[in-house]
Parts: sequence; structure tokens; C-alpha cells
Amino acid sequence: MPALCFYFQVHQPYRLRHYTFFDIGANPFYEDEDANCDILLKVARKCYLPMNDVLLELIRRYDGRFKVSFSLTGTVLDQFEEYAPEVLESFQALAKTGHVEFLDETDCHSLSFLFSRREFRAQVSRHRERMQKLFGVTPRVFRNTELIYNNDLAREVEDLGYDAVLAEGADHVLGWRSPNYLYQPAGCTRLKLLLKNYTLSDDIAFRFSNREWAEYPLTADKFAVWVHALNGQADLINLFMDYETFGEHQWEDSGIFNFMRALPDAIMRNPDFRFQTPSEAAASLAPRARLDVPQFMSWADAERDLTAWQGNDMQQDAISALYQCEGKVRDLGDPDLTRAWQRLQTSDHFYYMCTKWFSDGDVHKYFNPYGTPYDAYINFMNILADFRLRLQTRLDARPEVMDKNTTRSDSTA
Amino acid sequence: MRVLMLGWEFPPHISGGLGTACYGMTRGLARHGVDVHFVLPRLRGDSGGMDSHLRLLSASGTQVTSETARTLSRASLELWQKRIAVHYVDSLLLAYDTEESYAERYRLLQGMNRRTGYEERYEVHSDMVELQGDYGPDLMTEVYRYSKAAAALALTEFSQKGFDVIHAHDWMTYPAGMLAKAVTGKPLVVHLHATEYDRSGENVNPAVAAVERAGLHAADLVIAVSHLTRNVAIRRYGVPPERVVVVHNAVSRRDAGHRYTVPAMCRHEKRVLFLGRVTFQKGPDYFVEAARLVLDTMPNVRFIMAGNGDMLPRMVRRVSQLRMGNRFHFTGFMRGAEVDHMYAISDLYVMPSVSEPFGIAPLEAVLYDVPVLLSRQSGVAEILRNALKVDFWDVREMANKICAVLSYPRLSAEMVKNCHEELKAITWDKAAQGVLNAYHTVCRR
Repeated sequence: MPALCFYFQVHQPYRLRHYTFFDIGANPFYEDEDANCDILLKVARKCYLPMNDVLLELIRRYDGRFKVSFSLTGTVLDQFEEYAPEVLESFQALAKTGHVEFLDETDCHSLSFLFSRREFRAQVSRHRERMQKLFGVTPRVFRNTELIYNNDLAREVEDLGYDAVLAEGADHVLGWRSPNYLYQPAGCTRLKLLLKNYTLSDDIAFRFSNREWAEYPLTADKFAVWVHALNGQADLINLFMDYETFGEHQWEDSGIFNFMRALPDAIMRNPDFRFQTPSEAAASLAPRARLDVPQFMSWADAERDLTAWQGNDMQQDAISALYQCEGKVRDLGDPDLTRAWQRLQTSDHFYYMCTKWFSDGDVHKYFNPYGTPYDAYINFMNILADFRLRLQTRLDARPEVMDKNTTRSDSTA
Repeated sequence: MRVLMLGWEFPPHISGGLGTACYGMTRGLARHGVDVHFVLPRLRGDSGGMDSHLRLLSASGTQVTSETARTLSRASLELWQKRIAVHYVDSLLLAYDTEESYAERYRLLQGMNRRTGYEERYEVHSDMVELQGDYGPDLMTEVYRYSKAAAALALTEFSQKGFDVIHAHDWMTYPAGMLAKAVTGKPLVVHLHATEYDRSGENVNPAVAAVERAGLHAADLVIAVSHLTRNVAIRRYGVPPERVVVVHNAVSRRDAGHRYTVPAMCRHEKRVLFLGRVTFQKGPDYFVEAARLVLDTMPNVRFIMAGNGDMLPRMVRRVSQLRMGNRFHFTGFMRGAEVDHMYAISDLYVMPSVSEPFGIAPLEAVLYDVPVLLSRQSGVAEILRNALKVDFWDVREMANKICAVLSYPRLSAEMVKNCHEELKAITWDKAAQGVLNAYHTVCRR
């Protein structure tokens, strides 16, 4: 009895303000409040609020036979609280139905797993506390930023006590194998692995309103036919996508909301099919095989690797300079500087610096508040220079603390 | 394909990018098998040594038979009085003139007229037209003379060998192109490297604008060097959009040649370069203001302004007023190896142009591994995506980006690497293909 498993990623970064070289040492405000507020309100109006209504309506109509899961980043939750508390309330209403699962991730949507295990754990536990506080749940399933995944991550997630982890069903990892089964990560004994069916996911997330696409227009019935065709060769069909797909990437007039309204019925018309959340799937299914993923993979770009954030020297320079501050940030323990440091870790800042123009450049451009990756790097490095100055100044002002973690900067501030 | 090309300058005698562009383009055309006959105002002794790929002709010294003279005289009258409608008066008066400079020029002109024997009545008998081919104060007279001489040459060429297309570069040669078209009936392609609005902003010289307008409208097809310039042709001059195509310029690859090193004593310093004419169009004043802002936060930087132009004295005064003469250096006009040397030791090339139809210099800078910062008001910004860009008036942002390039070494390395990649697709061969397509278009009509 194959199951469909929806997971929606809800995320907004804190975009940085235009921060010039002359602001360094003179301006402690890094974020573009106007842009962040405007964008959040726009996306709330176009996507979060109407789509939450659609889902609530569906969950009630099918009395729990339709269900979905979410991962909300700490940065988007902060923005809800700051700019649009009604959005948070509508997510809480979904949580109350008992048919919506919330996943854990790094609180500020960071790449911390790649740079600091300690920071990674701190962010995960902060996210878990938030889920308990806001939604009254303790997540059992983990998804790492941008579905970045390898064997090490799986082991770490198992150590943290989760039941399952999500990842991309990347061709270069799966080879002949199908993403439509539950796997066990290599090196783990208990943890389950759910892999994204990127073809069916992207049919909704990317191709839905593309008039050049041979299958345009996509109807719920057509989609159901594709899903039903997998009967007998699938345990679990994982549809993972950005929540902003609904109403923001695919506009309302594309018919995306009506597509979702009609989908549960179309899928369950075949009684073999049902909906499950990730932890239900992990509990009810047995892993079919072990999957060995020594190299990092992700759900970004055609490469499905780390190059969207780590593909060039600017990105590597910026991120290593940021994590060099970790020791000092911890020593100081200042809440404001710590929060500033964590928000600078949001992966989007490094995504904006990507120079892979020629294949996925368009997607990068869509999400990019900067004209060019160079502008993104300049802005970030100016801010980081200011941050490091502030950090050092505060440390120097505390003579009783010995500076154990002196790190050398290779960029002049 | 045989082309009669009308140009104002050609290497090694150049004062700007026009000659460089003509050189690269004709090289590219030659590789596509196009037979180019390039008519210059006059040839100097050392012209033509490096150019086996085309035939250079001198308009100056053209023998005009009385029959040709008569044909031309009618067409010329028609052209200048009715189509261009510039009633050209041989005035010696110029703005900003002093009594001494006027008298000096008057003496010069007297001497020249005597020497060349040039007279308006030349159509009556066979004569020779002498031209200087410079951008001096009596440029319009030169343009007028060039139009007649080049057209006479065109007629001779046409009757002897024939050609398929007339291709005129910039407004100085448009009257010649129009005249040549009138007397031979061959299609005219005009190439727009810069417009009067680029050179002078809103204070256009009406006579030049009139010539430009007439040329653009008389052409069977206009080639603009960028979309920016194409828009000027359409919006300012009302040329129908379907008659303007864009062919971006390119840069000729040179061998790395000499390696230049920075003296040990100033290796800890950074050098920021402005290289171009010091005129309104190039925005040197914005560069100077940005330099002050940079020096306020980063003292170990030197600014270099290489070039000459009418705004140079003002720039020198402004630099001294801002008290940064010890950090801001003027080199005057540079050529050849000096230019190479300057590029090679620079850490950043800035082109703050107010209005730059194309701008080949940034491409040259990239050849020397120098990162570039361009004004958004430049055509080259359309094809060099991996350059930093700034609005020319935004001095603070310009300074911000200069500081960033000088402070973050990974930034310039990444830019240069990616610009090199882009440069591989920016070739004169490709530009020549675009020009050739334009020829085919007008020949088919």
C-alpha cells in the first residue's frame, strides 16, 4: 500500500542591508528591515496564509486521511513573530489538527554541519526547543539545510535520537535504485532514510506553470495517473518542496491551489494509496536496503552537491572567515553578537555569491537580492569585517578573559 | 564581398577607441573573406605597414576630373544643403577663445590655404583635395572636404573595380558615405560607435547632431556597438528600430610580452587606474571624488589618471583642492607599451563613463588580469557580466567597490578568472560575423 509523503520547507532569510566599506566600524545594523518585512508580508499574503487555509480545509475534509509535514526555520519563525503573528497562529492551528508533522533542522538554516559540529548541535537543540514551545511537539525526524546529507550526517542525526532523516534522491547516488522505498543509512542501526522523488516533486514545484512543458497543464488527475502507475514498485513517494511553491513561485492564477484541493481525492480514488507523514512512514515501513553516501549531496541545482554555496573561492573565503569567529563568539557569550553571528550563517548569504551562471544561474537570480555574486560577497565581507571589529573590541574591553582563540584574518578590515 | 569602408582613424595613428575598433573589425572581416578598401582622410608615411589584411586608401590627394567634379558638385550641394541642412560657414570663432589663440589659428589657416590651394571653385577644373584628418577646431571643414574627396575616390574605385557595400564609421564619415551612395547607388551601412549625446550630454553641437541624424536616416542599416547606443539612435534620432542592429565590439588578444613588476618600495600599495580621454563623457570628475573617499579610509592607495582632454586642468585643480596630489597622479596621454605597463601594475581599472557606447579599454584591462569596475552607463557592461558595476554618479558606491576590490583578494581573483572565461566568447571574428550579416541584409534588399 504505497504512501505519498509531503514535506514543505518554510524559510525566509534575513536579507542584509546595503553595507558599504564606510559603514565598517560605524554601523552595527546589518539587516534590511524594510525588505525583510515587505517580502515576508508579501509571501504571507500570497502563500502562507492562503495555503495554510487550503491544507486546513483538506485535513478536516478527509478527517486525517490527508496529512503533510513542515520544516520551519528559526529565521522564518522570528520573522513571523516580528512581522506577521497571524501566520504563526495559522501554523499552530494546523499543528492542533494532529495530522501535521513538524521536522527539526538547524535553527538559522545554516551550513554549520560542514564547519562546526558543536555549533550544529547547539542550533538543532535550539530548534527543537522552539518546536516544543510554539507547537507543543518534539520532532522525531530531521532534515538538514538544503537536504545536505552524507553518512556522517546520518550518524550524527542518529546520535541525536531522531527516527528518520530526509535527503535528495540524487541520481548520482541512487544509480539504478529507486527513491520510492525506505532506506537505512550506511553506518546506522536505527535511523531511517527518506529520499525525495525529484521528478514528481519538481513537476509541481518547478514545471507546474511552465507552458513550454509538454505536460502543461498539470491537473490533479494527470498527476494521480503518474502516481498510480508506481503501484507495485513503490512503498513511499516523497514529495519534498519549498512551501513558497504555492502562491509565490507558482502564482495563484496558475491554478496551484485548486490543484492541491483536488489532489487528495484523485490520489485516494485508488484505494491502494494513502498519505503519510515522515515519522509514520519510518515507523510503518521496513528499510529495503542500506544506502552508502560518502560524499555530500543536496537538493540544489543540477549538480545536487555543495557547489551552490561552496563552489568558488569567494564563498569559501566568506564562510571560513565567519566560522573562524566561533571561539570568540562563545568566549564572549554576548546574546546580541551571538545572534548576529548565527544569522550571518544562513546559507542564503553564500548562495547569493554563486557564480554558476550558465546552467542554474536563473534560479539563483530569482532568489538573489544582489545584482551580481560579487556584490553579495562585497556586502557580506564588509559586514563581517565590522562584526569582527566589534567582537574584538568587546573582548579587549574584558581584561580578565584571556583570548585563547586568536585567529588570523586574511582579509583586512 | 567587396566593401568600401570609410573611416577617420586607423592604427598606429589613433586618438581613441574608434581606430582600434576599425582595426580589429577589418581583421575579423578579412578572415571571413571580405575584401576591405579602407578610405582614410590621409595616409601618413608609416601607415599601412602592419595591415596586409586590407587596402588603405587616402582621400587626401584624390585626383578629381572635371566630369567627376561636376557630378559630385550637384550631389554635394543637395546633400549638405537639403539633407543635412547645415549651412556651413568657415568661421574661425570658437568658444573659450582668446585674441591670441584666434590670431594664431588665423595665421595657420592662411598658410594652409595657400599651401593646398584648396578653393570652393575646384569643381571647375581638375584639382586635388588635401586633408589633415584630425579632430581640430575646423573639423567640420575637414568632414566636408573628406566627403567630397572620399566620394570622388569611391566613384573611381567603383568604375574600376566595383564594390558591394559602403560602410561608414561614425558621423565624420557619414556625409562621405551618403555622397558615395548617391553617386554609386550602392547600399550604405553606417556604424555608430558614439553619438553626439554621448560626447556632449545635453549640450550637443547642433551641426554634428544634424550630420549624425542625416547619416543614420540615409543608411540602409545602422550597426550600433551596444543596446545602449541602439536606444540612442532610436529615441534621440528617431531611426526605425528594425533598421538598427547591435554588434558588440571585441578585443584583440596580444601576447603577454613584457612582464612588468611593481617596484619593491611600493609593493604594499594598491594602484587604481583611470585610462581614457579626460573629457565629460568619460566621467573623470567622479573618479576624483571617489578617490578622496577611498583615501579617507585606505591611505595606502594610489590613483592614476592616464589620458588627456579638455577636463584635465580642472581635474588637476580639484585633486590639489582635495589635498591628495601625493596620492593622485596624472600621466598625460599614453600609448603602446606605456599603456600595457600601466595596466599590468594596476590592481583595479575603473571606467566611470557618463555615457560610453561601448568601451574596449575594460576588455584590455582584463587581458592584463586587472579586475574592472564599470559604470552601468556603458555598452561593454552588456557583455562583461563578471565586472563590478556602479552608476557613474554614485561616487560613494564607487568608492565602496574600490575599497572592496583592494581589501578582499578573493574578489578580484574570482572576477578576473570569470572575465577571462567570458572574453573567450568576445572575439572580433564574432563581431565581424555580425557585420557580415548586416552586409548580407542590405545586399539582399
